[in-house]
Amino acid sequence: MKRPFKTRIKTLKIDGIDVGAREDETILELAQENGIFIPTLCHLEGVHDVGSCRLCLVEVKGSNKLFPSCMTYAEEGMEVITNSERLQTYRRQVLDLLFSERNHVCAVCVSNGNCELQWMAGKLGITHVGVPYLYPQLAVDASHPYYAHDPNRCILCTRCVRVCDEIEGAHTWDVMGRGVDCQIISDLNEPWGLAESCTRCGKCVQVCPTGALFTKGKAVAEMKKRHEFLPYLRSMREGRNE
Amino acid sequence: MSNKATLATVWLDGCSGCHMSFLDIDERILELAELADLVYSPLVDNKEFPEMADITLIEGAVSSEEDYHKIKMVREHTRILVSLGDCAVTANVPAMRNRFSVQQVLDRAYLENAVLNQHIPVEVIPPLRKLSVPVHQVVPVDVFIPGCPPSADNIFFALTELLAGRIPEMRTLTRFGA
Repeated sequence: MKRPFKTRIKTLKIDGIDVGAREDETILELAQENGIFIPTLCHLEGVHDVGSCRLCLVEVKGSNKLFPSCMTYAEEGMEVITNSERLQTYRRQVLDLLFSERNHVCAVCVSNGNCELQWMAGKLGITHVGVPYLYPQLAVDASHPYYAHDPNRCILCTRCVRVCDEIEGAHTWDVMGRGVDCQIISDLNEPWGLAESCTRCGKCVQVCPTGALFTKGKAVAEMKKRHEFLPYLRSMREGRNE
Repeated sequence: MSNKATLATVWLDGCSGCHMSFLDIDERILELAELADLVYSPLVDNKEFPEMADITLIEGAVSSEEDYHKIKMVREHTRILVSLGDCAVTANVPAMRNRFSVQQVLDRAYLENAVLNQHIPVEVIPPLRKLSVPVHQVVPVDVFIPGCPPSADNIFFALTELLAGRIPEMRTLTRFGA
């Protein structure tokens, strides 16, 4: 997404390292550019950020608040800390909550070994979940001819919603309900196979970080996602519009 | 009695895959036998849990009344309790029944899907608890080794570290579902 201001350069520090940023750049983008790892599950290059997963929270010197780095723009003189003890604790708690809120069973999942949630748990050093699991009753939607939606594995990152709306232009997916009852729905909460707006392009499946959206016919650990198409598609379209 | 360390392994609600993986350490079991005595396990003959085991590996989730009482007893008689594998660590596949009531699960298994002799057993088989849960939701656990199953290398590494008096760092070695 193009941002509505002219580009100027800001200088700031991330983890004590001097970096230069365009003012339309987020702290997350800037960190990635400079090889500094900030965990995230909802950010997806090519669509706009929503700050929903809260894994990318960072500290900014002079403030007690924590800032989602995907939603925070670089500012002159800012001092950002990306990996304090406090942040690590919160990030692990976020993962605990994600794992306990739905029914994630890695061992029998189509995405086992290729899942961003599973990978992140390893990366952030989660060896067990510290809170009780909720075990919600959620039905698998296999009504679509090519794909299936298993909300048991959904982390509500809304990547599918954004890619369908912003890139495909179909807006088949959306979010229904609040808090722990929040769910991803197709059209007006109809079975995916009956959703008339769906073009069957499969972009949502490819950007889904877990096994919540998958291609039918895939068995355990067989589902590999490919979202390299997205930045490519976007830059081609931008080139065409200029 | 020798002055070797004592090792126990316990099989709760799991598929025994973690015990199979433990056996997959192959000839390294001789090295292990130099350092520790296997005092209680589905792999050996002892029927009574010892007064105090130095290390106990737990495979499986806590699903039945028997599992529940056993893990409480084992915790009291163990210095270092290890959750071995995803069923002990997360309740994994056994917990997939948690979305249904115990009655629904029993009906499904013993009535709806049974061709012969349709009845729900009431003797010998321990009653299921309402939920199948990870071990650390019932008793404190000292070491977690995720994996389905954890590899023989990881199990051997964890045991040799524990027997050398160190808490093994498993975080970079294994993960859920590995």
